[in-house]
Amino acid sequence: MSNFALIIYCGLITFLTRFSMIALLKKEMFNERIREVLSYVPSAIFPAIIFPAIFLDSFGSIQLENNPKILATIIAMCIGVLSRNILATIFSGLVSYWFIIFIL
Amino acid sequence: MNNKTKIFFKGVKDSSSLMIPVVPFGIIFGVFAIDLGLTPLTAIAMSVIIFGGASQIIFLQLFSAGASSLVILSSVGAVNSRHLLYGAVLSEHLSDLNLTWKIIVSYFLVDQAFAVSNDYFKKNKKDKDKHFHLLGGGLNCWTIWQVTTIIGIYLGSIIPEKLGLSFAIPLTFLALLVNDFRKLINVIIIMISGSIATLGYQVIPFKAYVIVAATVSLFIAFILTKLMKKYYE
Repeated sequence: MSNFALIIYCGLITFLTRFSMIALLKKEMFNERIREVLSYVPSAIFPAIIFPAIFLDSFGSIQLENNPKILATIIAMCIGVLSRNILATIFSGLVSYWFIIFIL
Repeated sequence: MNNKTKIFFKGVKDSSSLMIPVVPFGIIFGVFAIDLGLTPLTAIAMSVIIFGGASQIIFLQLFSAGASSLVILSSVGAVNSRHLLYGAVLSEHLSDLNLTWKIIVSYFLVDQAFAVSNDYFKKNKKDKDKHFHLLGGGLNCWTIWQVTTIIGIYLGSIIPEKLGLSFAIPLTFLALLVNDFRKLINVIIIMISGSIATLGYQVIPFKAYVIVAATVSLFIAFILTKLMKKYYE
C-alpha cells in the first residue's frame, strides 16, 4: 500500500468512528457499562505510546540505567498531577530533560 | 448577526481555552513528521485527511518502526474508538440533521469540540441550529491544527536533533492522562498497558504492541469495573 493510500484509509477509519454512531443511533444504544469501559480507552492506549518512548533505546532494547528520560518523565508527571495543566506538564518534562543532558 | 452565525461564534469562543494544548501538539506532529523524512505535503495531507492528533502521531510512530499497513490501520482504529462514545452521546441531539450535515459535523468531531458542544447541546436542546456550535468549535480546532502543523514542518527543518524533541511526544500523551492518575482503575490500566507495550515491543509480531496492549488493558478495565460494582453492591 502506498503511503498516501494508507493516509486516506486512516482518514476514513477516523471519520467512520466519528460518523457511525451519529448516523446509526437513534437513541441511546450504549448501556452504562460500555460507556464506562470506553471512557478507559485513553488510559489503555496512550501508555502504549508513552512507555516504549521512555524506556526503550533507539534499537528497541530496554534501557533503565543512564536514561535521563525516566527522571524527566517522573518530574513531568508530578507537575502534571499537581497542576492539571497540559502545557506545564510538557514543558517541565522537556526542561528537566535538557537540564539533565546539557547541564548535569 | 443571525442566529446561526451567533451560535457558530459561541462555539469558537467556548472551545478557545481548550485550543492552547493543541498548539504544541500540532507543532510536535509537524517536527516529528519532517524528522522521519516525510515530505511537507504528506504531513499537511495527514493533518487535513486524518485530522486527529493521537491518530497522526501513532501513525508516525508505527510507520517509523516499520509496522505494516494493517497494523497501522488497526492501531489508528483503536485510538479512535473513543469517538464512538462521543457520537453515541451526541446522537440524540443530532438525529434530526440531514445526511450532509451529519457528514460535516462528524469530520469536525474532535475531543475539544465534543467537550464544549456536548455541554451546549444539553443546555439548548430545543434550538434547531445548535449544530453550528459544534461546527464553530471544530473549525477553530481545524484551523489551529493546520497552522501549527505548518509551523512544525518549518521548525522541523531547523531544530537541531541534539535537543531530543521527539521526547515531547510521550510527554504530550502523558499530559493528556494527568487527570487519570488520580483514579485507581486508571492507574492500574496505565501500568499494565505500558508494561505490555514496553516488554512486548520486540516480542509481539508485526509491531502490534499498541493494539495488543490496548486490547488487554481494556479487557482488564472491563473486569475491574465489574468487580468494583459487585464490591459496592
